[in-house]
Amino acid sequence: MKLIFERGNKNRGCDLVAECDVPLVSVPAAYERKKELNLPQVSETEISRHYTELAGQTFGVNNGFYPLGSCTMKYNPKINDELAKLSEFSDIHPLQGEDTVQGSLYIMRQAEKYLCEITGMDNMDFQPAAGAHGEFTGLKLICAYHQDRNDSKRDKIIVPDSAHGTNPASASMAGFSVINIPSTPDGLVDVEALRSVVGEDTAGFMLTNPNTVGLFEEDILEITSIVHQAGGLNYYDGANLNAIMGVARPGDMGFDVVHLNLHKTFSTPHGGGGPGSGPVGCKKILSRYLPSCKITEKEGILRFADKDEKSIGRVKAFYGNFLVVVRALSYMMSLGADGLKDASQNAVLNANYMMDKLKDVFEIPFGNGRCMHEFVISLDKIKKEKSVTALDFAKALLDYGMHPPTMYFPLIVSEALMVEPTETESKENLDEAIRIYREVYDNACKNPDGFHDYPLTTPIGRPDEVSAARNPILRYNFSD
Amino acid sequence: MATYVPNTKEEQRQMLNSIGLNAVDELYSSIPNEVKLKAPLNIPKGMSEMDLSKSIRDIASKNKVFKTIFRGGGAYRHYIPAIVKQVTSKEEFITAYTPYQAEISQGVLQSIFEFQTMICELTGMQVANASVYDGACAAAEAVIMSKERKRKKALISASVNPMTIETIRTYISGTDMDMEVIPTKEGVTDIEILKDRLEDDTACVLIQQPNYYGLLEDGDEIGSILGDKDIKYIMSCNPISLGILKAPSEYGVDIAVGEGQALGIGLSYGGPYLGFMATTDKLMRKLPGRIVGETKDSKGRRAFVLTLQAREQHIRREKASSNICSNQALCAMTAAVYLSAMGRDGLEKVARLSMSKAHYLASRLCELDGYEMVYKGDFFNEFVIRVNTDVDKVLKALENGGILGGYPLGDNSYNNENKGEILWCATEVNTKDEIDTLIQILKEVE
Repeated sequence: MKLIFERGNKNRGCDLVAECDVPLVSVPAAYERKKELNLPQVSETEISRHYTELAGQTFGVNNGFYPLGSCTMKYNPKINDELAKLSEFSDIHPLQGEDTVQGSLYIMRQAEKYLCEITGMDNMDFQPAAGAHGEFTGLKLICAYHQDRNDSKRDKIIVPDSAHGTNPASASMAGFSVINIPSTPDGLVDVEALRSVVGEDTAGFMLTNPNTVGLFEEDILEITSIVHQAGGLNYYDGANLNAIMGVARPGDMGFDVVHLNLHKTFSTPHGGGGPGSGPVGCKKILSRYLPSCKITEKEGILRFADKDEKSIGRVKAFYGNFLVVVRALSYMMSLGADGLKDASQNAVLNANYMMDKLKDVFEIPFGNGRCMHEFVISLDKIKKEKSVTALDFAKALLDYGMHPPTMYFPLIVSEALMVEPTETESKENLDEAIRIYREVYDNACKNPDGFHDYPLTTPIGRPDEVSAARNPILRYNFSD
Repeated sequence: MATYVPNTKEEQRQMLNSIGLNAVDELYSSIPNEVKLKAPLNIPKGMSEMDLSKSIRDIASKNKVFKTIFRGGGAYRHYIPAIVKQVTSKEEFITAYTPYQAEISQGVLQSIFEFQTMICELTGMQVANASVYDGACAAAEAVIMSKERKRKKALISASVNPMTIETIRTYISGTDMDMEVIPTKEGVTDIEILKDRLEDDTACVLIQQPNYYGLLEDGDEIGSILGDKDIKYIMSCNPISLGILKAPSEYGVDIAVGEGQALGIGLSYGGPYLGFMATTDKLMRKLPGRIVGETKDSKGRRAFVLTLQAREQHIRREKASSNICSNQALCAMTAAVYLSAMGRDGLEKVARLSMSKAHYLASRLCELDGYEMVYKGDFFNEFVIRVNTDVDKVLKALENGGILGGYPLGDNSYNNENKGEILWCATEVNTKDEIDTLIQILKEVE
């Protein structure tokens, strides 16, 4: 389809701004823009239709099944969006005085309280704008903790080889070096391997639990205590919290610091790549180092406390993605304690149901027939036998009008597809997906050759990613 | 209580039975008993959508929406066209994830490609990324991006927004980078001191244009000092101002960054906002974050994909150029729709009006007894005034009149020196009447 720059013409536009009612000021010559500025020159009709067409080429949770493992693509309740749009939230200047933002402060304090309860942490800070940002922040807390104790040799962060890519990336961004440890053949943390690498240089250990193959780390207490005994701290990557709300809490498993993804577990929409929100929670021993000023109450008025001198400092301007926090609090209030637990239980039930109905056909390397909220399929066998890869399989699913699972992650499973149905899918949707997965598998066995051409019915076929990276075209060229 | 689980209890029981289980708890048999919660979460019972709506509205009503705002300092109230709000409310855009599957994500991918193009146009740079969290983070990422093996020190002007400076400090603490804040002279970067601080290990110089006090920095002079020194010139800019002010490329900037909130995004009590980053072709592969590129599909049709992914965390892990994964895609789309609606002429008008209204506001304020401009330099749409009366009293009087006055610089956690100084801001939405009313109120403050 056309780009917005290919629509309209140079005399077209929308007239949106009032005329000037004060004397016009001209820009001093030294600061005046000389460079040409090419922006779209389009009518409002053209803008409206352009984006309607783009929306038609976008697949969201509202369009269909979206079992993107590790991303928790649950339904995004509309009431939360509606409430976040209230002008009393969306039209508030971040530098207004505390007396005029009591509602905003209340939202953050309540959200902190509930999220602490769900995770077993003592404080929660909303400044981080996304999961990876939260990881960086949490790791800075760990760094500050050790430095504060004059324990400066602790410069290593340990991560399992099944970890999200952001974990090691965040660790090195925070100034640590990274030790990767292998997983056991069962897909769990290798406790002995962990024991053998911890020591006086261990700053901390990062873990997702349930882990990235969809299993709960049964030795979690031993794992966290090994790290603690070595003098390190335990970091909980909250990407998979959706399995265990109201069932178990990171704080009770020995974790000292967590980040959550409000755009996963707490149903806030992901916006095609953000904004998310990645609040960081921690135990008391780390609270002083948090980036934001704490919210305190005095005589019924909420205020920011003075900045703690031990704070790691800001990781962002202002207070984080506030409107996302409004949505998450609204979600927690509507579900309540029972509803949150019910959501987790159904997320796990849906994943187990789907896996159970696929396991006779698909190779599911871990879990012995059980999983938490997601499971990982390996298509290694069919790749070897029929040259149909996980990518081919995923692309074939596109023609059935559903979003494929996460591909090629975690790295410890070859030809991996990671399936996370979430609790907001009905039994008949799961049954339909199961039928389709089996049908595609059957086709892959019978007619493997056609698989490299899928998808056939989408707005475009497979893009040439190699030439995109080799000869990057990253903007529209107006002179063409 | 609300629920978004479609399956009935009966369906759930059937599903459990069909996989050989009798009770939901059996799903959790792999969790050791010691860590299982023994009591329900201490969170109130859920509520219906109707009750929720009322509860949240009650909370919201404790916030005060000002009819008139003369405060900026990194967040600006501009007019947001209706088309912007409509387009960005489309469910497909709101509920999609990062566009990993290009074939069903062309809408998001193309919108990012268009956004990247618009950022390149505004800044005059060659390459832009798909966005980062906000302007402060964009500046911090740019500083990290400037690091080279023998160049590890960042020089940051003290006239950069203090929150940006603090964010940079957090980002680089613990790494092998170092930073120094270059003081100001008459509100702008002290160029003599800057010159003096340039060393062989200097990685970058960061200035903000217009700066935190609204003043225009001598970006040409700084550009010529840096010249061919192999020190990266980073400029944080206000995208609205670029409708009339020099593009960063015209100063010879290597990395242009900024806060994009002014481009159609609400004040939102500080977020979500939009960080943008643009650079030269030469530095393209050091740029952090998602980047969308144009290519062709198997049938030769134009297609868009996430590209240059060899820089990114999911491929490079601990060696990635940044850890960023989620960015601010919907905010980037918002800015793109805003810029499409405004067009070149509209953006120029918004910029010119904002500057003109601010100058009118400044001249009216200076008519008042005891009010004077702190700095003499040229400014865009913000400026600092010193008052010889009680700042709190001034701002309170305005608040009672439904006006959010300027930001008291001497009354925040960053600064105890600027007593009596107020940072004012005006944009195209502020009318002459509003300004005259403000002056009237101030005249009545003792």
